[in-house]
Amino acid sequence: MKLDDFVCFEAIIPELKSDYRDGVITELVTSLDKAGKLGRGNREDVTKAVIKREKEASTGMGKGVAVPHVKHPAVKDVIAAIGQSSMGIDFVALDKQPVYSVILLISPADNPDRHLQAMESIFRHLQKEKFRKFLRQAQNAEQIEDLIREADENPSL
Amino acid sequence: MDGRSQNNTDRQGRHRQKMACEREVQIRNAEGLHMRPAMQFVDVANRFESEISVSSGDNSVDGKSIMQMSMLAATCGTKLKIKADGTDAQQAVEALRELVEDRHFDEPLPDKKRY
Repeated sequence: MKLDDFVCFEAIIPELKSDYRDGVITELVTSLDKAGKLGRGNREDVTKAVIKREKEASTGMGKGVAVPHVKHPAVKDVIAAIGQSSMGIDFVALDKQPVYSVILLISPADNPDRHLQAMESIFRHLQKEKFRKFLRQAQNAEQIEDLIREADENPSL
Repeated sequence: MDGRSQNNTDRQGRHRQKMACEREVQIRNAEGLHMRPAMQFVDVANRFESEISVSSGDNSVDGKSIMQMSMLAATCGTKLKIKADGTDAQQAVEALRELVEDRHFDEPLPDKKRY
């Protein structure tokens, strides 16, 4: 799966306003909702579900990235939002370091395979130092969008 | 379990057996190897000194790295090859096999209807 298949470009936040984990999750879910990706009246419930999942075990995988996610019937297919924070957010990450790039993934409740494929795609890129660096350096949503398209085209990035 | 062994002698002059051990396991829980099971796997793998790699087809990753394990996208039914290299290789492979197959990550198996 490509990032382009499920990253919602209208829901990219190049500079997150919130400076704490739950605020960042709320911002990103709201952004997906505004882009019309969550159906009607699901925003609050999806936000709560992501926070609940995050409390069970941090998705801060280290190296400044976090991938909060949840399976929720509000979506028919996987959808993701991306947020950047220049100050860094405490995500209780595995390496206890602040998080600068957050990819929020909402997956359908009844398609676990699709969720795994989206996760594979996310981590295949996040694993690469270059990709993480470019993501952090991006100044606006267009640059993040370009980076994602380029990463999909060019596996060495 | 198949394995080859070579004799190593440590500083105290004791013989320590370096082993390579490999085994195929199948993902049984319905949701597959998502983040929580991947974390359980990495936790168990890190209890051992052996180097551990896990492969699915041509894709081989470090069994002690959560990011890399998340890249396997191992759905229910996927067969993975667990390979350990070190003095506790055999124990490591057995502990991981137990987690994946016997305990199926403490998660539900798929509905019988589907499979």
